[in-house]
Amino acid sequence: MLEIKNLTVEVGGKEILHDLSLSVKAGYTTVLFGPNGSGKSTLLMTIMGFSEYKVKNGSILLNGEDITHMPVNERAKRGIGMMMQRPPNLTGVRLKDLVRIAGKGEVDPAVLAEGLDMTRFLERDVNVGFSGGEIKRSEILQLEAQKPCLLLLDEPESGVDMVSIEKLGLKVHDILQGQSHCAGWREKSGKAALIITHTGQILDYVEGDRGYVMCDGTVACSGNPRELLAEIRKMGYNECIRCKLKRPNVVENL
Amino acid sequence: MVTDEENRAKGALKKAAKFGEDIDLDEYDEGSRELSTSGSFEDLSKDTQRTMLDTGIMPTAQGKSGNFLLMDNTVVHSATMGTGVELMPLSQAMKVHDWLKDYVWKAVQPDTDKYTAETYLEKADGYFIRALPGAKVQLPVQTCLLLKNRNTKQFVHNVLIAEEGSEFEVVTGCATSKGVEKGLHMGISEFFLKKDSKLTFTMIHNWSEFIGVRPRTIVQMDEGAAYINNYVALKPVKTIQMYPTANMNGKNGVCRFSSVAVAHPGSVMDLGSRAILNAPGCRAELISRTITTGGTVIARGQLIGNAPGIKAHLECKGLILNDKGVQIAIPELEARVPDVEMTHEAAVGKIAQDQVEYLMSRGLSEEEAVGMIVRGFLDVGIRGIPEHLKAEIDKTLQETDVRGM
Repeated sequence: MLEIKNLTVEVGGKEILHDLSLSVKAGYTTVLFGPNGSGKSTLLMTIMGFSEYKVKNGSILLNGEDITHMPVNERAKRGIGMMMQRPPNLTGVRLKDLVRIAGKGEVDPAVLAEGLDMTRFLERDVNVGFSGGEIKRSEILQLEAQKPCLLLLDEPESGVDMVSIEKLGLKVHDILQGQSHCAGWREKSGKAALIITHTGQILDYVEGDRGYVMCDGTVACSGNPRELLAEIRKMGYNECIRCKLKRPNVVENL
Repeated sequence: MVTDEENRAKGALKKAAKFGEDIDLDEYDEGSRELSTSGSFEDLSKDTQRTMLDTGIMPTAQGKSGNFLLMDNTVVHSATMGTGVELMPLSQAMKVHDWLKDYVWKAVQPDTDKYTAETYLEKADGYFIRALPGAKVQLPVQTCLLLKNRNTKQFVHNVLIAEEGSEFEVVTGCATSKGVEKGLHMGISEFFLKKDSKLTFTMIHNWSEFIGVRPRTIVQMDEGAAYINNYVALKPVKTIQMYPTANMNGKNGVCRFSSVAVAHPGSVMDLGSRAILNAPGCRAELISRTITTGGTVIARGQLIGNAPGIKAHLECKGLILNDKGVQIAIPELEARVPDVEMTHEAAVGKIAQDQVEYLMSRGLSEEEAVGMIVRGFLDVGIRGIPEHLKAEIDKTLQETDVRGM
């Protein structure tokens, strides 16, 4: 389980997240909504630990352990895995090799790739010349090898074609339901996910347990993700901003 | 009778090269021309075989069209196994082929600098390789140049002729025997690629931190000729300066130079490649990937477009993995007619942190992530390398110390 308390984060000297608190329970699929620029991706990048995202205040606890200033790979070791929105190109690094290493040599990249229709990408350099949808599939392929216990998915469905979206959605479902190997995660509680989505399409494949709406770098409101989505579809984000004014301490209501 | 050529060479004995530290040739002893010879690669000492292996040269006649070994200044072994190709010491070839005088010292000028001048005046030996007209030689020719004794200056003169329509592959490994704490290699190579011939030439350098290296290579290309040059230098060297040049004189020629090099602490590597596109329809690609872990590397490249309808690209990319390392990229484009397409791309710097962290987010340690990115970076430069050499080079790459951060 992940516990974020009063997190303030700067990127390039500019404060993006302000005093943000939320939690992801073990076994819970948590969904993040919010307008463009509200800080959703920043939150995920900060949880993963990318150094450009500087925590100025607050803390990130994973299973009770403070990981706020821990190196990225230590977080990965503790079971966090991320699908990035715009991962960097790795010229000269073949996808096949990265999948094998992410799976600690215990997976067969060819078998995993087949399930995502990614076989022809295995010999290619990671992300180089990949389309938006191909990047998503490549990221999921890597995550499937990595077997994380807390998945951070940044818009998993965006840019993915109608046929691939089903494969990808089911794969996310499988990863979430699959066996957990991470220390500190109780088997029975299962894995957890924090998923950014605008369209909610991913919710056709994984059941969302809890939803948060972010506005201006902090959590505005929380609730049932389907209800939140319906409300956003109907009213836009305005209703949520109002709800933030009414209920500033949403985390308390969990 | 003293020829004009000889006079010019004598006049150039003190002439410093255009690039690179000026080496005092008098500091070195002339390498022996009388080392004992060997009937086969298999008969060489285990030590020598191991040294050769490190440069991609298999100490066996099996699967090869020819084997050649020069130690210091002695041709220790020369044998042709396959058909369609001739391999022998240049000195012998001069006796066998009267016409060879029309090639020798016709591509490289003896008075280019002191290194060419001395090699000329010393009547240096080296390999003569010729692919016969139309021959498609399947198995590679291996040549190995070894520095065997301390304080030796090795001079080498190689001539290679790809006759019309021939196709073949040459691998050259250059190395220094263990314990040789000072040495100098001067190597003149004159390659002639006739109409529609194709040569894949791979050179692997494995000198040592005590050795100075001054190769001088000119490739003359006729119509439709294809020249693929791979250069790999992953081990330390004291100082190396070279600028192999392809003169593309016939239309529709193709050449590609790919170089990968690692400048270790103390190494100064001045590496270039040049293509002069003199005929319509020629295409050239010069690619270099260099890394410094503390040494200096100068990556030069020059494309000269003298004919319409040519297309050429030049790429120098360098990584600095250590505070003391220096990367200098000098790409040059020169166009003398309007209808040309010439581009270049140069970049030097450190490894991108977002790439490192991306890999770390998949569970790799920082060191593993850096290693993977660096090897990937170099890998781009050796993708054209023949399959049979890949395993050996990959192994060396894995062992190459890329920690520097």
